[in-house]
Amino acid sequence: MKPRRQNRIWLTIVPLYLFTIIFVAGPLIYMFVLSFLTRDEVWGVVNTFTLDNYAKILKPVYAQTFLESLKLAFATTLLTLAVGYPFGYFMARLSAKWKKLMMLLVVVPFWTSALMRMYGWIIIFQSNGLLDKLLMGLGITEDPLKLLYSYPAVLVGMVYSLLPFMILAVYSSVEKMDWSYIEAARDLGASRVQAFLTVTLKLTLPGILSGVILVFIPSMGLFFIADILGGGKIMLVGNLIRDQLMTTRDWPFAAALSVVLTVLTSLLIRLYRKITHTTELEGIL
Amino acid sequence: MKKKSFKISNIFLAVLLIIMYIPIVVVVIYSFNASKQTIIWGGFTTSWYGEMLRDRSLLEALRNSLILGLISSAAAGIIGTLAAVGMARVDFRTKGLLEYVSMLPIMIPEIILGMVFLVFFSLLGLPFGMTTLILAHTAFCIPYVYTMVKGRLVGLDRSLAEAAKDLGASEFRVFFDITLPLISPAIVSGMLLAFAMSLDDVVISIFVTGARTNTLPIKIYTQLKTGVSPKINALCTLMLIVTFLLVFLSHKIGKKGTSK
Repeated sequence: MKPRRQNRIWLTIVPLYLFTIIFVAGPLIYMFVLSFLTRDEVWGVVNTFTLDNYAKILKPVYAQTFLESLKLAFATTLLTLAVGYPFGYFMARLSAKWKKLMMLLVVVPFWTSALMRMYGWIIIFQSNGLLDKLLMGLGITEDPLKLLYSYPAVLVGMVYSLLPFMILAVYSSVEKMDWSYIEAARDLGASRVQAFLTVTLKLTLPGILSGVILVFIPSMGLFFIADILGGGKIMLVGNLIRDQLMTTRDWPFAAALSVVLTVLTSLLIRLYRKITHTTELEGIL
Repeated sequence: MKKKSFKISNIFLAVLLIIMYIPIVVVVIYSFNASKQTIIWGGFTTSWYGEMLRDRSLLEALRNSLILGLISSAAAGIIGTLAAVGMARVDFRTKGLLEYVSMLPIMIPEIILGMVFLVFFSLLGLPFGMTTLILAHTAFCIPYVYTMVKGRLVGLDRSLAEAAKDLGASEFRVFFDITLPLISPAIVSGMLLAFAMSLDDVVISIFVTGARTNTLPIKIYTQLKTGVSPKINALCTLMLIVTFLLVFLSHKIGKKGTSK
Protein backbone atom coordinates (compact mmCIF):
# COMPACT_ATOMS: atom_id res chain seq x y z
CA MET A 1 0.00 0.00 0.00
CA LYS A 2 2.57 2.53 1.06
CA PRO A 3 4.97 2.41 -1.88
CA ARG A 4 2.03 2.71 -4.26
CA ARG A 5 0.81 5.83 -2.54
CA GLN A 6 4.28 7.31 -2.78
CA ASN A 7 4.37 6.53 -6.46
CA ARG A 8 1.22 8.44 -7.18
CA ILE A 9 2.35 11.54 -5.34
CA TRP A 10 5.50 11.43 -7.44
CA LEU A 11 3.41 12.09 -10.51
CA THR A 12 2.50 15.59 -9.37
CA ILE A 13 6.14 16.66 -9.64
CA VAL A 14 6.55 15.37 -13.19
CA PRO A 15 5.23 18.49 -14.97
CA LEU A 16 7.59 20.79 -13.08
CA TYR A 17 10.44 18.33 -13.54
CA LEU A 18 9.96 18.16 -17.30
CA PHE A 19 9.32 21.86 -17.72
CA THR A 20 12.37 22.79 -15.66
CA ILE A 21 14.69 20.42 -17.50
CA ILE A 22 13.48 21.36 -20.97
CA PHE A 23 12.75 25.06 -20.61
CA VAL A 24 15.04 26.26 -17.83
CA ALA A 25 18.05 23.96 -17.58
CA GLY A 26 18.07 23.31 -21.35
CA PRO A 27 18.32 26.96 -22.42
CA LEU A 28 20.94 27.73 -19.75
CA ILE A 29 23.10 24.78 -20.78
CA TYR A 30 22.72 25.74 -24.43
CA MET A 31 23.87 29.28 -23.63
CA PHE A 32 27.03 27.80 -22.13
CA VAL A 33 27.65 25.52 -25.13
CA LEU A 34 26.87 28.30 -27.59
CA SER A 35 29.50 30.55 -26.05
CA PHE A 36 32.19 28.13 -27.31
CA LEU A 37 30.83 27.80 -30.83
CA THR A 38 31.81 29.76 -33.94
CA ARG A 39 29.63 32.28 -35.66
CA ASP A 40 28.84 31.48 -39.25
CA GLU A 41 30.00 34.13 -41.73
CA VAL A 42 26.57 34.49 -43.26
CA TRP A 43 23.93 33.30 -40.83
CA GLY A 44 23.72 31.25 -37.69
CA VAL A 45 26.26 29.16 -35.86
CA VAL A 46 28.86 26.53 -36.80
CA ASN A 47 29.72 23.71 -34.42
CA THR A 48 33.43 24.43 -34.17
CA PHE A 49 34.94 24.83 -30.73
CA THR A 50 36.53 28.20 -30.06
CA LEU A 51 37.53 30.50 -27.23
CA ASP A 52 37.40 33.55 -29.51
CA ASN A 53 34.11 34.74 -28.07
CA TYR A 54 35.68 35.16 -24.67
CA ALA A 55 38.83 36.69 -26.11
CA LYS A 56 36.62 39.16 -27.96
CA ILE A 57 35.32 40.57 -24.67
CA LEU A 58 38.85 41.83 -24.02
CA LYS A 59 38.86 43.88 -27.24
CA PRO A 60 39.05 47.58 -26.32
CA VAL A 61 35.57 48.44 -27.68
CA TYR A 62 33.84 45.77 -25.64
CA ALA A 63 36.12 45.92 -22.59
CA GLN A 64 35.34 49.63 -22.49
CA THR A 65 31.59 48.95 -22.41
CA PHE A 66 32.10 46.35 -19.70
CA LEU A 67 34.12 48.78 -17.59
CA GLU A 68 31.67 51.65 -18.13
CA SER A 69 28.83 49.36 -17.15
CA LEU A 70 30.69 48.21 -14.04
CA LYS A 71 31.38 51.82 -13.11
CA LEU A 72 27.72 52.73 -13.45
CA ALA A 73 26.79 49.63 -11.45
CA PHE A 74 29.18 50.70 -8.67
CA ALA A 75 27.81 54.23 -8.63
CA THR A 76 24.25 52.90 -8.59
CA THR A 77 25.03 50.52 -5.74
CA LEU A 78 26.78 53.18 -3.65
CA LEU A 79 23.94 55.64 -4.10
CA THR A 80 21.21 53.11 -3.31
CA LEU A 81 23.17 52.11 -0.21
CA ALA A 82 23.59 55.75 0.86
CA VAL A 83 19.85 56.36 0.52
CA GLY A 84 18.46 52.90 1.20
CA TYR A 85 20.38 52.14 4.38
CA PRO A 86 19.02 55.04 6.44
CA PHE A 87 15.60 54.43 4.93
CA GLY A 88 15.55 50.75 5.88
CA TYR A 89 17.04 51.54 9.27
CA PHE A 90 14.52 54.24 10.17
CA MET A 91 11.72 52.11 8.82
CA ALA A 92 12.64 49.23 11.12
CA ARG A 93 12.45 51.57 14.12
CA LEU A 94 8.86 52.64 13.49
CA SER A 95 5.90 51.21 15.38
CA ALA A 96 4.42 47.94 14.10
CA LYS A 97 1.46 49.67 12.50
CA TRP A 98 3.63 52.18 10.62
CA LYS A 99 6.06 49.49 9.60
CA LYS A 100 3.32 47.60 7.83
CA LEU A 101 2.12 50.70 6.03
CA MET A 102 5.65 51.73 5.01
CA MET A 103 6.35 48.24 3.73
CA LEU A 104 3.32 48.47 1.48
CA LEU A 105 4.26 51.98 0.31
CA VAL A 106 7.77 50.84 -0.61
CA VAL A 107 6.62 47.73 -2.46
CA VAL A 108 3.77 49.33 -4.43
CA PRO A 109 5.93 51.32 -6.90
CA PHE A 110 7.89 48.13 -7.35
CA TRP A 111 4.82 46.35 -8.73
CA THR A 112 4.03 49.08 -11.21
CA SER A 113 5.39 48.91 -14.70
CA ALA A 114 9.07 49.87 -14.83
CA LEU A 115 8.39 51.51 -18.20
CA MET A 116 5.76 53.75 -16.73
CA ARG A 117 8.12 54.94 -14.01
CA MET A 118 10.79 55.69 -16.62
CA TYR A 119 8.20 57.60 -18.60
CA GLY A 120 7.54 59.68 -15.50
CA TRP A 121 11.23 60.58 -15.37
CA ILE A 122 11.18 61.55 -19.06
CA ILE A 123 8.41 64.05 -18.33
CA ILE A 124 10.36 65.38 -15.34
CA PHE A 125 13.79 65.54 -16.97
CA GLN A 126 12.99 66.70 -20.49
CA SER A 127 14.18 70.09 -21.64
CA ASN A 128 11.77 72.69 -20.25
CA GLY A 129 10.12 69.85 -18.39
CA LEU A 130 8.88 69.81 -14.82
CA LEU A 131 12.29 69.92 -13.14
CA ASP A 132 13.59 72.70 -15.37
CA LYS A 133 10.44 74.73 -14.78
CA LEU A 134 10.71 74.25 -11.04
CA LEU A 135 14.40 75.19 -10.89
CA MET A 136 14.02 78.16 -13.23
CA GLY A 137 10.90 79.27 -11.37
CA LEU A 138 12.82 79.24 -8.10
CA GLY A 139 15.64 81.14 -9.78
CA ILE A 140 18.18 78.40 -9.10
CA THR A 141 19.07 77.94 -12.76
CA GLU A 142 18.56 80.24 -15.71
CA ASP A 143 18.60 77.81 -18.61
CA PRO A 144 17.14 74.31 -19.05
CA LEU A 145 19.48 71.69 -17.61
CA LYS A 146 19.07 69.26 -20.53
CA LEU A 147 19.11 66.35 -18.11
CA LEU A 148 17.25 63.89 -20.31
CA TYR A 149 19.54 61.64 -22.34
CA SER A 150 22.46 62.18 -20.00
CA TYR A 151 24.49 60.08 -17.59
CA PRO A 152 22.87 61.56 -14.45
CA ALA A 153 19.42 60.75 -15.84
CA VAL A 154 20.37 57.10 -16.33
CA LEU A 155 21.88 57.00 -12.85
CA VAL A 156 18.71 58.41 -11.31
CA GLY A 157 16.62 55.89 -13.24
CA MET A 158 18.78 53.01 -12.03
CA VAL A 159 18.86 54.09 -8.39
CA TYR A 160 15.15 54.73 -8.49
CA SER A 161 14.32 51.32 -9.96
CA LEU A 162 16.56 49.31 -7.66
CA LEU A 163 16.13 51.21 -4.38
CA PRO A 164 13.31 48.99 -3.04
CA PHE A 165 15.66 45.98 -3.06
CA MET A 166 18.19 47.78 -0.89
CA ILE A 167 15.56 49.18 1.47
CA LEU A 168 13.94 45.82 2.07
CA ALA A 169 17.26 44.00 2.51
CA VAL A 170 18.49 46.52 5.10
CA TYR A 171 15.09 46.69 6.76
CA SER A 172 14.86 42.96 7.29
CA SER A 173 18.31 42.74 8.88
CA VAL A 174 17.77 45.76 11.16
CA GLU A 175 14.40 44.30 12.09
CA LYS A 176 16.04 41.05 13.17
CA MET A 177 18.85 42.76 15.05
CA ASP A 178 19.17 42.20 18.79
CA TRP A 179 19.16 45.71 20.25
CA SER A 180 20.64 44.56 23.55
CA TYR A 181 24.07 44.48 21.90
CA ILE A 182 23.83 48.19 21.17
CA GLU A 183 22.58 48.90 24.66
CA ALA A 184 25.51 46.93 26.05
CA ALA A 185 27.94 48.95 23.94
CA ARG A 186 26.30 52.16 25.12
CA ASP A 187 26.46 51.04 28.74
CA LEU A 188 30.14 50.34 28.30
CA GLY A 189 30.61 53.97 27.31
CA ALA A 190 30.41 53.94 23.51
CA SER A 191 28.89 57.06 21.96
CA ARG A 192 25.89 56.64 19.69
CA VAL A 193 28.09 57.03 16.64
CA GLN A 194 30.65 54.56 17.99
CA ALA A 195 27.96 52.03 18.86
CA PHE A 196 26.53 52.38 15.37
CA LEU A 197 29.88 52.01 13.63
CA THR A 198 31.15 49.08 15.69
CA VAL A 199 27.98 47.14 16.49
CA THR A 200 25.01 48.07 14.30
CA LEU A 201 26.90 48.11 11.02
CA LYS A 202 28.41 44.73 11.76
CA LEU A 203 25.12 43.15 12.75
CA THR A 204 23.35 44.48 9.66
CA LEU A 205 26.15 43.48 7.30
CA PRO A 206 24.15 40.56 5.84
CA GLY A 207 21.41 42.99 4.86
CA ILE A 208 23.88 45.43 3.34
CA LEU A 209 25.61 42.73 1.31
CA SER A 210 22.34 41.22 0.20
CA GLY A 211 21.14 44.64 -0.94
CA VAL A 212 24.41 45.27 -2.74
CA ILE A 213 24.07 42.03 -4.70
CA LEU A 214 20.40 42.61 -5.47
CA VAL A 215 21.23 46.07 -6.84
CA PHE A 216 24.63 45.53 -8.43
CA ILE A 217 23.74 42.57 -10.64
CA PRO A 218 20.57 43.88 -12.28
CA SER A 219 22.15 47.30 -12.79
CA MET A 220 24.38 45.86 -15.50
CA GLY A 221 21.47 44.42 -17.43
CA LEU A 222 18.73 47.08 -17.34
CA PHE A 223 19.22 48.06 -20.97
CA PHE A 224 15.85 49.73 -21.33
CA ILE A 225 16.73 52.37 -18.73
CA ALA A 226 19.90 53.24 -20.64
CA ASP A 227 17.83 53.34 -23.84
CA ILE A 228 14.97 55.46 -22.57
CA LEU A 229 16.76 57.88 -20.25
CA GLY A 230 20.20 57.78 -21.89
CA GLY A 231 18.96 58.09 -25.46
CA GLY A 232 21.38 55.42 -26.69
CA LYS A 233 24.45 57.35 -25.56
CA ILE A 234 25.11 55.11 -22.58
CA MET A 235 25.84 51.42 -23.13
CA LEU A 236 25.50 48.76 -20.46
CA VAL A 237 26.51 45.12 -20.72
CA GLY A 238 22.78 44.60 -21.17
CA ASN A 239 22.68 46.86 -24.22
CA LEU A 240 25.70 45.09 -25.65
CA ILE A 241 24.07 41.67 -25.27
CA ARG A 242 20.85 42.96 -26.76
CA ASP A 243 22.62 44.50 -29.76
CA GLN A 244 24.69 41.37 -30.38
CA LEU A 245 21.49 39.34 -30.38
CA MET A 246 19.15 41.55 -32.31
CA THR A 247 21.26 43.63 -34.70
CA THR A 248 24.78 42.24 -35.11
CA ARG A 249 23.44 38.70 -34.76
CA ASP A 250 26.64 37.38 -33.21
CA TRP A 251 24.93 34.91 -30.91
CA PRO A 252 28.01 33.07 -29.63
CA PHE A 253 29.48 36.38 -28.50
CA ALA A 254 26.21 37.35 -26.80
CA ALA A 255 26.27 33.95 -25.09
CA ALA A 256 29.84 34.50 -23.89
CA LEU A 257 28.87 37.90 -22.46
CA SER A 258 25.91 36.31 -20.67
CA VAL A 259 28.08 33.52 -19.28
CA VAL A 260 30.50 36.09 -17.85
CA LEU A 261 27.61 37.98 -16.27
CA THR A 262 26.15 34.76 -14.86
CA VAL A 263 29.51 33.66 -13.43
CA LEU A 264 29.96 37.09 -11.88
CA THR A 265 26.50 36.77 -10.34
CA SER A 266 27.13 33.36 -8.82
CA LEU A 267 30.56 34.42 -7.56
CA LEU A 268 29.01 37.37 -5.74
CA ILE A 269 26.33 35.15 -4.21
CA ARG A 270 28.95 32.60 -3.15
CA LEU A 271 31.03 35.36 -1.57
CA TYR A 272 27.94 36.55 0.24
CA ARG A 273 27.32 33.06 1.61
CA LYS A 274 30.89 32.77 2.77
CA ILE A 275 30.81 36.07 4.62
CA THR A 276 27.40 35.70 6.22
CA HIS A 277 27.19 31.89 6.57
CA THR A 278 23.63 31.89 5.25
CA THR A 279 22.10 30.52 2.09
CA GLU A 280 19.18 32.82 1.47
CA LEU A 281 19.61 36.43 0.47
CA GLU A 282 18.15 38.86 2.95
CA GLY A 283 14.93 40.67 2.19
CA ILE A 284 13.96 39.14 -1.15
CA LEU A 285 10.43 40.05 -2.08
CA MET B 1 17.16 64.83 21.99
CA LYS B 2 15.73 61.44 21.25
CA LYS B 3 12.44 62.84 20.11
CA LYS B 4 14.04 65.33 17.78
CA SER B 5 16.20 62.81 15.92
CA PHE B 6 13.12 60.65 15.58
CA LYS B 7 11.37 63.47 13.79
CA ILE B 8 14.23 64.08 11.41
CA SER B 9 14.17 60.42 10.44
CA ASN B 10 10.45 60.67 9.76
CA ILE B 11 10.97 63.64 7.48
CA PHE B 12 13.62 61.67 5.60
CA LEU B 13 11.24 58.75 5.13
CA ALA B 14 8.41 61.02 4.00
CA VAL B 15 10.53 62.99 1.51
CA LEU B 16 11.92 59.84 -0.07
CA LEU B 17 8.49 58.27 -0.35
CA ILE B 18 7.20 61.36 -2.09
CA ILE B 19 10.07 61.20 -4.58
CA MET B 20 9.27 57.53 -5.17
CA TYR B 21 5.72 58.35 -6.14
CA ILE B 22 6.32 61.52 -8.17
CA PRO B 23 7.13 59.82 -11.50
CA ILE B 24 4.02 57.65 -11.23
CA VAL B 25 1.77 60.55 -10.28
CA VAL B 26 3.20 62.67 -13.11
CA VAL B 27 2.28 60.06 -15.73
CA VAL B 28 -1.26 59.81 -14.35
CA ILE B 29 -1.74 63.59 -14.24
CA TYR B 30 -0.53 64.09 -17.80
CA SER B 31 -2.95 61.46 -19.08
CA PHE B 32 -5.59 64.16 -18.54
CA ASN B 33 -3.60 66.86 -20.31
CA ALA B 34 -5.42 68.44 -23.24
CA SER B 35 -2.15 69.48 -24.88
CA LYS B 36 -0.36 66.92 -27.00
CA GLN B 37 3.01 67.97 -25.60
CA THR B 38 4.04 66.99 -22.11
CA ILE B 39 5.83 70.33 -21.67
CA ILE B 40 2.65 72.35 -21.69
CA TRP B 41 -0.46 71.91 -19.58
CA GLY B 42 -3.42 72.57 -21.85
CA GLY B 43 -6.30 71.92 -19.51
CA PHE B 44 -8.17 68.85 -18.32
CA THR B 45 -9.47 66.25 -20.73
CA THR B 46 -10.39 62.58 -20.78
CA SER B 47 -10.24 62.36 -24.56
CA TRP B 48 -6.98 60.38 -24.61
CA TYR B 49 -8.76 57.49 -22.95
CA GLY B 50 -11.32 57.50 -25.71
CA GLU B 51 -8.64 57.70 -28.35
CA MET B 52 -6.75 54.87 -26.74
CA LEU B 53 -9.83 52.69 -27.00
CA ARG B 54 -10.18 53.51 -30.70
CA ASP B 55 -6.57 52.59 -31.49
CA ARG B 56 -6.69 49.20 -33.22
CA SER B 57 -3.04 48.26 -32.66
CA LEU B 58 -3.22 49.14 -28.99
CA LEU B 59 -6.33 47.02 -28.53
CA GLU B 60 -4.68 44.12 -30.25
CA ALA B 61 -1.62 44.47 -27.99
CA LEU B 62 -3.98 44.56 -25.02
CA ARG B 63 -5.68 41.39 -26.19
CA ASN B 64 -2.31 39.66 -26.66
CA SER B 65 -1.16 40.71 -23.20
CA LEU B 66 -4.34 39.40 -21.58
CA ILE B 67 -4.21 36.05 -23.41
CA LEU B 68 -0.54 35.69 -22.58
CA GLY B 69 -1.04 36.54 -18.91
CA LEU B 70 -4.06 34.26 -18.53
CA ILE B 71 -2.49 31.20 -20.15
CA SER B 72 0.91 31.64 -18.48
CA SER B 73 -0.49 32.17 -14.99
CA ALA B 74 -2.93 29.28 -15.44
CA ALA B 75 -0.15 26.95 -16.61
CA ALA B 76 2.06 28.13 -13.77
CA GLY B 77 -0.84 27.66 -11.37
CA ILE B 78 -1.26 24.01 -12.35
CA ILE B 79 2.44 23.10 -12.61
CA GLY B 80 3.46 25.07 -9.53
CA THR B 81 0.65 23.85 -7.28
CA LEU B 82 1.02 20.19 -8.21
CA ALA B 83 4.77 20.34 -7.69
CA ALA B 84 4.53 22.14 -4.35
CA VAL B 85 2.07 19.54 -3.06
CA GLY B 86 4.25 16.66 -4.26
CA MET B 87 7.52 18.15 -3.09
CA ALA B 88 6.13 18.57 0.42
CA ARG B 89 5.50 14.83 0.60
CA VAL B 90 8.24 13.11 -1.34
CA ASP B 91 11.98 13.06 -0.89
CA PHE B 92 14.37 12.30 -3.70
CA ARG B 93 17.97 12.92 -4.45
CA THR B 94 17.65 15.73 -6.98
CA LYS B 95 14.88 17.53 -5.06
CA GLY B 96 17.03 20.41 -3.89
CA LEU B 97 18.56 20.83 -7.32
CA LEU B 98 15.18 20.75 -9.07
CA GLU B 99 13.82 23.37 -6.70
CA TYR B 100 16.89 25.56 -7.22
CA VAL B 101 16.84 25.37 -11.01
CA SER B 102 13.09 25.97 -11.23
CA MET B 103 13.53 29.15 -9.16
CA LEU B 104 16.31 30.48 -11.42
CA PRO B 105 13.96 32.37 -13.78
CA ILE B 106 13.27 34.94 -11.07
CA MET B 107 16.83 34.91 -9.71
CA ILE B 108 19.00 35.55 -12.76
CA PRO B 109 18.97 38.93 -14.53
CA GLU B 110 16.04 39.25 -16.92
CA ILE B 111 18.26 40.01 -19.87
CA ILE B 112 20.03 36.67 -19.54
CA LEU B 113 16.74 34.83 -19.30
CA GLY B 114 15.51 36.60 -22.42
CA MET B 115 18.75 35.85 -24.21
CA VAL B 116 18.78 32.11 -23.42
CA PHE B 117 15.15 31.74 -24.46
CA LEU B 118 15.81 33.48 -27.76
CA VAL B 119 18.75 31.26 -28.74
CA PHE B 120 17.13 28.09 -27.37
CA PHE B 121 13.78 28.58 -29.09
CA SER B 122 15.50 29.25 -32.36
CA LEU B 123 17.60 26.10 -31.85
CA LEU B 124 14.36 24.15 -31.44
CA GLY B 125 12.97 25.89 -34.51
CA LEU B 126 9.89 27.19 -32.68
CA PRO B 127 8.10 29.99 -34.52
CA PHE B 128 8.47 33.21 -32.52
CA GLY B 129 5.16 34.61 -31.36
CA MET B 130 2.50 33.67 -28.86
CA THR B 131 3.85 30.13 -28.26
CA THR B 132 7.34 31.28 -27.34
CA LEU B 133 5.93 34.12 -25.25
CA ILE B 134 3.76 31.69 -23.29
CA LEU B 135 6.64 29.27 -22.66
CA ALA B 136 8.95 32.04 -21.45
CA HIS B 137 6.31 33.69 -19.27
CA THR B 138 5.26 30.36 -17.76
CA ALA B 139 8.89 29.80 -16.75
CA PHE B 140 9.01 32.97 -14.65
CA CYS B 141 5.41 32.63 -13.41
CA ILE B 142 5.94 29.19 -11.85
CA PRO B 143 8.25 30.41 -9.03
CA TYR B 144 5.60 32.85 -7.79
CA VAL B 145 2.91 30.17 -7.48
CA TYR B 146 5.32 27.53 -6.20
CA THR B 147 6.75 29.65 -3.36
CA MET B 148 3.30 30.87 -2.29
CA VAL B 149 1.81 27.35 -2.16
CA LYS B 150 4.92 25.91 -0.54
CA GLY B 151 4.76 28.56 2.18
CA ARG B 152 1.11 27.75 2.82
CA LEU B 153 1.73 24.00 2.95
CA VAL B 154 4.39 24.47 5.62
CA GLY B 155 1.88 26.09 7.95
CA LEU B 156 -0.81 23.53 7.16
CA ASP B 157 -2.22 21.17 9.76
CA ARG B 158 -1.42 17.69 8.48
CA SER B 159 -3.76 16.04 10.96
CA LEU B 160 -6.85 16.90 8.86
CA ALA B 161 -5.55 15.01 5.85
CA GLU B 162 -4.40 12.15 8.07
CA ALA B 163 -7.83 11.94 9.68
CA ALA B 164 -9.55 11.85 6.30
CA LYS B 165 -7.22 9.10 5.18
CA ASP B 166 -7.86 7.11 8.35
CA LEU B 167 -11.54 7.37 7.62
CA GLY B 168 -10.91 5.71 4.29
CA ALA B 169 -10.66 8.62 1.85
CA SER B 170 -8.51 7.98 -1.19
CA GLU B 171 -5.40 10.07 -1.90
CA PHE B 172 -7.35 11.70 -4.70
CA ARG B 173 -10.28 12.68 -2.48
CA VAL B 174 -8.04 13.91 0.30
CA PHE B 175 -6.39 16.26 -2.16
CA PHE B 176 -9.59 17.65 -3.64
CA ASP B 177 -11.68 17.74 -0.45
CA ILE B 178 -9.10 18.74 2.16
CA THR B 179 -5.77 20.01 0.81
CA LEU B 180 -6.99 21.99 -2.19
CA PRO B 181 -9.55 24.12 -0.30
CA LEU B 182 -6.93 24.87 2.34
CA ILE B 183 -4.24 25.98 -0.10
CA SER B 184 -6.50 27.65 -2.66
CA PRO B 185 -5.97 31.18 -1.27
CA ALA B 186 -2.23 30.71 -1.78
CA ILE B 187 -2.75 29.38 -5.30
CA VAL B 188 -4.98 32.27 -6.31
CA SER B 189 -2.69 34.80 -4.68
CA GLY B 190 0.36 33.35 -6.46
CA MET B 191 -1.42 33.26 -9.80
CA LEU B 192 -2.59 36.86 -9.50
CA LEU B 193 0.97 37.93 -8.76
CA ALA B 194 2.23 35.89 -11.70
CA PHE B 195 -0.41 37.48 -13.93
CA ALA B 196 0.65 40.96 -12.82
CA MET B 197 4.30 40.14 -13.57
CA SER B 198 3.42 38.75 -16.99
CA LEU B 199 1.34 41.81 -17.81
CA ASP B 200 4.27 44.12 -16.98
CA ASP B 201 7.15 42.18 -18.48
CA VAL B 202 9.03 43.90 -21.27
CA VAL B 203 12.63 42.62 -21.23
CA ILE B 204 11.93 38.93 -21.75
CA SER B 205 9.03 39.60 -24.12
CA ILE B 206 11.16 41.72 -26.43
CA PHE B 207 13.51 38.79 -26.99
CA VAL B 208 10.99 36.03 -27.51
CA THR B 209 8.25 37.74 -29.47
CA GLY B 210 7.86 37.54 -33.21
CA ALA B 211 7.77 40.47 -35.60
CA ARG B 212 4.00 40.56 -35.65
CA THR B 213 3.06 39.86 -32.05
CA ASN B 214 3.02 42.92 -29.81
CA THR B 215 2.22 42.99 -26.14
CA LEU B 216 1.26 46.18 -24.33
CA PRO B 217 4.65 46.72 -22.63
CA ILE B 218 6.46 46.18 -25.96
CA LYS B 219 4.15 48.72 -27.56
CA ILE B 220 4.82 51.24 -24.78
CA TYR B 221 8.56 50.61 -25.02
CA THR B 222 8.76 51.30 -28.75
CA GLN B 223 6.62 54.40 -28.33
CA LEU B 224 8.84 55.71 -25.52
CA LYS B 225 11.87 55.31 -27.77
CA THR B 226 10.40 56.96 -30.82
CA GLY B 227 8.07 59.64 -29.53
CA VAL B 228 5.24 59.62 -27.11
CA SER B 229 1.60 60.41 -27.41
CA PRO B 230 -0.64 61.14 -24.40
CA LYS B 231 -2.47 57.96 -25.34
CA ILE B 232 0.46 56.14 -23.73
CA ASN B 233 -0.15 58.07 -20.50
CA ALA B 234 -3.74 56.90 -20.54
CA LEU B 235 -2.63 53.36 -21.25
CA CYS B 236 -0.04 53.41 -18.45
CA THR B 237 -2.64 54.74 -16.03
CA LEU B 238 -5.02 51.97 -16.97
CA MET B 239 -2.33 49.33 -16.52
CA LEU B 240 -1.40 50.88 -13.20
CA ILE B 241 -4.95 50.47 -11.96
CA VAL B 242 -5.10 46.87 -13.16
CA THR B 243 -1.75 45.99 -11.53
CA PHE B 244 -2.79 47.64 -8.27
CA LEU B 245 -6.04 45.71 -8.26
CA LEU B 246 -4.26 42.43 -8.93
CA VAL B 247 -1.61 42.93 -6.25
CA PHE B 248 -4.23 44.17 -3.80
CA LEU B 249 -6.39 41.10 -4.45
CA SER B 250 -3.35 38.85 -4.19
CA HIS B 251 -2.52 40.34 -0.77
CA LYS B 252 -6.11 40.16 0.43
CA ILE B 253 -6.64 36.57 -0.65
CA GLY B 254 -3.20 35.47 0.54
CA LYS B 255 -3.86 36.96 3.95
CA LYS B 256 -7.25 35.32 4.26
CA GLY B 257 -5.53 31.95 4.01
CA THR B 258 -2.94 32.50 6.70
CA SER B 259 -4.97 34.31 9.34
CA LYS B 260 -7.32 31.36 9.73
